Amino acid sequence: METNELIKALAADTRRSGAPLGQAWVLALVAAVLLAACVFFVLLGPRPDAGAALSTVRFVFKFLFTIALAVAALRLAIALSGPGGNWRAALPSMLVAPVLLLLSVLLELAAVPQASWLVRLVGTNSMVCLTFVPLIGLLPLGVLLLAMRHGAPVHATAAGAVSGLLAGGIAATFYAAHCPDDSPLFVAVWYPLAIAILTGLGALAGRFSLRW
Amino acid sequence: MDKAEERSLEQLLVSAIEGDERAYFAFLEAVAKLVRTWLRRKVTHGSLDVEDVVQETLLAIHLKRHTWRSTEPVRPWIFAIANHKLIDAFRRHGRLPLADSPALEAVEAAEPEVLQGWEIDRALQVLTPGQRSVVTAVSIEGSSIQETARDLGMNETAVRVALHRGLSAIARRFGRT
Repeated sequence: METNELIKALAADTRRSGAPLGQAWVLALVAAVLLAACVFFVLLGPRPDAGAALSTVRFVFKFLFTIALAVAALRLAIALSGPGGNWRAALPSMLVAPVLLLLSVLLELAAVPQASWLVRLVGTNSMVCLTFVPLIGLLPLGVLLLAMRHGAPVHATAAGAVSGLLAGGIAATFYAAHCPDDSPLFVAVWYPLAIAILTGLGALAGRFSLRW
Repeated sequence: MDKAEERSLEQLLVSAIEGDERAYFAFLEAVAKLVRTWLRRKVTHGSLDVEDVVQETLLAIHLKRHTWRSTEPVRPWIFAIANHKLIDAFRRHGRLPLADSPALEAVEAAEPEVLQGWEIDRALQVLTPGQRSVVTAVSIEGSSIQETARDLGMNETAVRVALHRGLSAIARRFGRT
């Protein structure tokens, strides 16, 4: 088949090509958050004193961190989902969450005596964190990978990893409402580990499922 | 290509996405030319057929045209897709685009040039007979959807579905048959 013959066939195929990327991402994000919420409320639910805890700075900071991570990952994910997307421009915002975390750790180290550092770091809930953040994020990751597939990511592994990061950010936001450990020392160790599990899963899935 | 040409290319794609067949035809022709020129500069030796990559790029652009954001320039988008397909093709041919050492060139020169025909014709073989006759009628025979429907005794919707599925299947199997 000559190229001009192929062009004739392509031009005649006027069936709609699918939703624009922006629309697909809005849909995927809503679905991902709803799925995370369902799994969270069925398996864990918020801790009993969550309402009162909202007036404590450590509790609120957990959400600041997870939401900053999710927002930056979303920007990067959208940029990675289309050819020629300017993903480099989305990279600097990825620093916001780690910098926030680092600052909070420094403040915590200054605020509490050295003797309690390790107790706060180990916390009481680390295994729950490592189990349930990935569990809450698994279905959202699937939906986000579908949105990626609908797009045309040129860097398949990176696109998958960032989908995992976003799923991790969403899952951790819900999980933070359950977890009784509010110290930044706990958050800085266990949250990144839990989110890294989803990121790795996403990278692996992306590598094989995001080819086009 | 200057700014005005780029603008007109974007205009064509906007119309095409709205369903203007004629604009889409003109857009794809312009893209084929653009990509072919670009590829000829990139592929200077070896057994890789530039036209294969042009065709694979056109198929990918067709199936992923919703990923172009109308607020962004169209050329970087086109070349990102072409580059993705070129890397794919090099990979299938067992070498990376930048591996043009003299030693490698010597090996390539020693390889007899095998005429295997175009990738797309091999991909065409994997279609169902119905899809194949529709795709062939519209492309090689240049029939319209209406004529194809009449000639094959199908209704127009079925022809459109077969064409779309056939082209998607070709894109999936391209270079992997």
